[in-house]
Amino acid sequence: MAFSRRKFLLGTGVIGGGLVLGLSLRDNSVPYPAAIEGSFNPNAWLQITEDGQFVFQLHKTEMGQGVIGSLPAILCEELDLDPQRLTIQHAGIHPDFADPSTGGQMTGGSTSVKASYDILRDVGAAARAMLIAAAANRWQQNADDCTTDNGVVIDANGTQRLSYTELANDAKSYLDTPYVLKAAKDFRYIGKAETRPDALQKSTGTAQFGVDIDLPNLKTAVVVRCPHFGGTIASWDASSIDSLPGIIAVKEIHSGIAIVADTYWQARKAAGQLVISWDKGPMADMDSAKIKQQQRDLIANEKPRVMMEEGDTSAVWDSAATIIEADYSVPFTHHSPMEPQNATAIATERDGEMTMEMWIPSQSPDLSRAVAAHFTSLTAPQITVHTTLMGGGFGRRGYPDFAGEAAAIAEQLPSVAVKLLWSREDDMQHDYYRASSEHRLKAALDEDGQLIAWDHTLVASSIIKTMAVFMAANLLPDWVPASVAESMGKSAGGLIANYDPIPCEGAKIPYQAPNITVGHLEYDSGVPTGFWRSVGFSYNIFVVESFIDELAHKASADPLAFRQRYLDKDSQWRSVLDLAAEKANWGQSQPGIFQGIAVSEPFSSFCAMVVDVSIDPDGKNYTIEKVVAAVDCGIVIDPDVIEAQMEGGIIYALSAAVKAPVSFKDGATVESNFHDLPVIRMNEIPKRIEVYTIKSDNSPTGIGEIGVPALAPALANALFAATGQRLRDLPLRLT
Amino acid sequence: MTSFILNGENISVDAEPDTPILWVLRDHLNKTGTKFGCGAGLCGACTVLLDGQATRSCLLPLATAAGKRIDTIEGLGGDHVVQQAWVENNVPQCGYCQSGQIMSTVALLATNPSPSEDEIKTALAGNICRCGTYPRILKAVKQAASSSFYDASQSPDGSAS
Repeated sequence: MAFSRRKFLLGTGVIGGGLVLGLSLRDNSVPYPAAIEGSFNPNAWLQITEDGQFVFQLHKTEMGQGVIGSLPAILCEELDLDPQRLTIQHAGIHPDFADPSTGGQMTGGSTSVKASYDILRDVGAAARAMLIAAAANRWQQNADDCTTDNGVVIDANGTQRLSYTELANDAKSYLDTPYVLKAAKDFRYIGKAETRPDALQKSTGTAQFGVDIDLPNLKTAVVVRCPHFGGTIASWDASSIDSLPGIIAVKEIHSGIAIVADTYWQARKAAGQLVISWDKGPMADMDSAKIKQQQRDLIANEKPRVMMEEGDTSAVWDSAATIIEADYSVPFTHHSPMEPQNATAIATERDGEMTMEMWIPSQSPDLSRAVAAHFTSLTAPQITVHTTLMGGGFGRRGYPDFAGEAAAIAEQLPSVAVKLLWSREDDMQHDYYRASSEHRLKAALDEDGQLIAWDHTLVASSIIKTMAVFMAANLLPDWVPASVAESMGKSAGGLIANYDPIPCEGAKIPYQAPNITVGHLEYDSGVPTGFWRSVGFSYNIFVVESFIDELAHKASADPLAFRQRYLDKDSQWRSVLDLAAEKANWGQSQPGIFQGIAVSEPFSSFCAMVVDVSIDPDGKNYTIEKVVAAVDCGIVIDPDVIEAQMEGGIIYALSAAVKAPVSFKDGATVESNFHDLPVIRMNEIPKRIEVYTIKSDNSPTGIGEIGVPALAPALANALFAATGQRLRDLPLRLT
Repeated sequence: MTSFILNGENISVDAEPDTPILWVLRDHLNKTGTKFGCGAGLCGACTVLLDGQATRSCLLPLATAAGKRIDTIEGLGGDHVVQQAWVENNVPQCGYCQSGQIMSTVALLATNPSPSEDEIKTALAGNICRCGTYPRILKAVKQAASSSFYDASQSPDGSAS
């Protein structure tokens, strides 16, 4: 079947007070995914069938952050349809779903609502205009005189009504109808707290995660991997396990030995008995202490690449009244989403050609496909990817190595459906960790205690470097051979590692000092690193907001007032900072309660926090009495999602701020499960969390990661206020 | 063949006696509401009721469960007062741990229908949620407990109170 390349670009003009718009550059040269025969399919997201279904393709992946409710609400607002009537499906891969800023379909960087708001309003409003045009034609009335109400078009007299489903077929003739967007004051669904569309399924055990995929005669695979990063298999012998109950196959793949069995328990038991020895590889003598020392040596000896420069800090140091210097340190940490990594695949051979169908709980269906192609002889177009619900992501599922493993196993077992399932130990020991970072800070105050110079040098590894190989394979056209794409990605990764902006996220301070220098040193320890909820902000905001607190105390200033001094009164920085301070009764805490404050701008949203602590009689333990968060993320889509994400972000951040970090010995991860990598549990949460949102008419930004960065510094600053101990290393430990 | 009572029904399974109930449920009986999280009894995602007691099914061998009563999330029926409280409070985010959280709550309320906040926190301390839904879980448990509809007969372990 041939699809014509129809990209429509309509003129814009003002009619009846509203701006009339046309959809530009939507690409239907590639068939829309999951198209239902005969449906009205005006864009890649929406289908309306004559039998009454409204099917929505969710082009961002749901991992808990709530896009399953937020994105449909935006489209439904303009379509004029109750979102509860939608059938929501995770979308396949389509060019219209790609984020223009990255070219890919990844869900991350708190971009889902920010990047989808305009387009989902456009496609919703355009579809509504098409349906009205179809109705107006039937009634022989002027379309401008007709209105809609929750899935029904109403005629000029208010007497005749046609439902969208009745009009679905006719509407196909009106694809180019101009449309008008609603005024924000008329919003019915945007700004309203809704029950999550998946709340019931997730409360009844019926939600289907990747781990729950079932196929006829499905087998389970586990992989035994070299524990040492960069290590390889020296020898292996499957003779002791290949006759164990349920064992189907034992195969070598790129990452280790795959054991395929009827059930997980059979495969896992056999894995424990596999005879295998390792060549520990080039990192065999690497450990946490060495990594830290190498990073510190870099700071001491190398000249950083300048990421931000204002004035001339070097001219200030000799003449300043006060110089303050400090080193900060943030360790590696783990993601540990509750659902262990997994992916399901079946390879089919027909007429000498192999195709593959995959079910992947991944933040990136197109990158998953590229990774699957990379580790098999298949090309991306031969692989069909279905995205499933995810039991947490936090950035870990942005790098779909598990998809590559599942594909490699399935390729060796044509016609056998295989579910690859990692153990918790696999997950914790083969994570793409949040990179460790070391920081050297230096600042100068004048005689009046005014900040006159700020200098921050940080050492952290590039994430883009690891990802570049697969990103290149994903972004380059299919006719570029995989090997060429990979080598291009590799060299590009090496080149951009030194210019990767991610490690410096949050290091560019908002405080208006006359002289500022921020420098970055790239350092690759060899430990796999990746996106971790809030990424560069997760360590830089801790450092920046702790050090500014140090300066405030050195200047004998109130930490809130000191920050306010260097922020524009009308800025969003100030509005969240002032709101958090007001709601937390900053400076007026009860005896025995001590406060710390921090402010941040992760991913174009703004967040300030005040943490209240009390210190236990032993002087070492403490209680978080309250966390007050103020956030500005533009127009609020669903206030309940914002509250939930802020609460969750604060608790996720608290685990990393106070619990044991990941460590390495002999080039391998030491810890293995929740006993030695503990996380915050129910009995350890702050006594109270309050979230306040700035009312805004600005375009919406993100919320998924926004609650993370400010927590650690606000807590550290509160602990300083309480004890006089300045804690410059994570995790925070009073002594 | 090993037999036990699953959500009130007699079940016989042909599996190795050391197979944890978690995998009996998931791989042999296709009851996937009970989740695999850590395999070591540390995270609570696999929580089921064994004769009414909240139990980590990843560490519970089939042989030990023989002849006993196992209740899972599927057995709650979907409109259990605890499940209703979960939906009304929009508790789930990713949702993966929630079957375990709900089963631990059902076990708690069966023996302690009006728990204090500390008692709730202690009873659920074995259930990890990485999304950080704890504040909402706390709210939902309190709501379920205060519900005039809650009584022990709603619990799969009706005899425990």
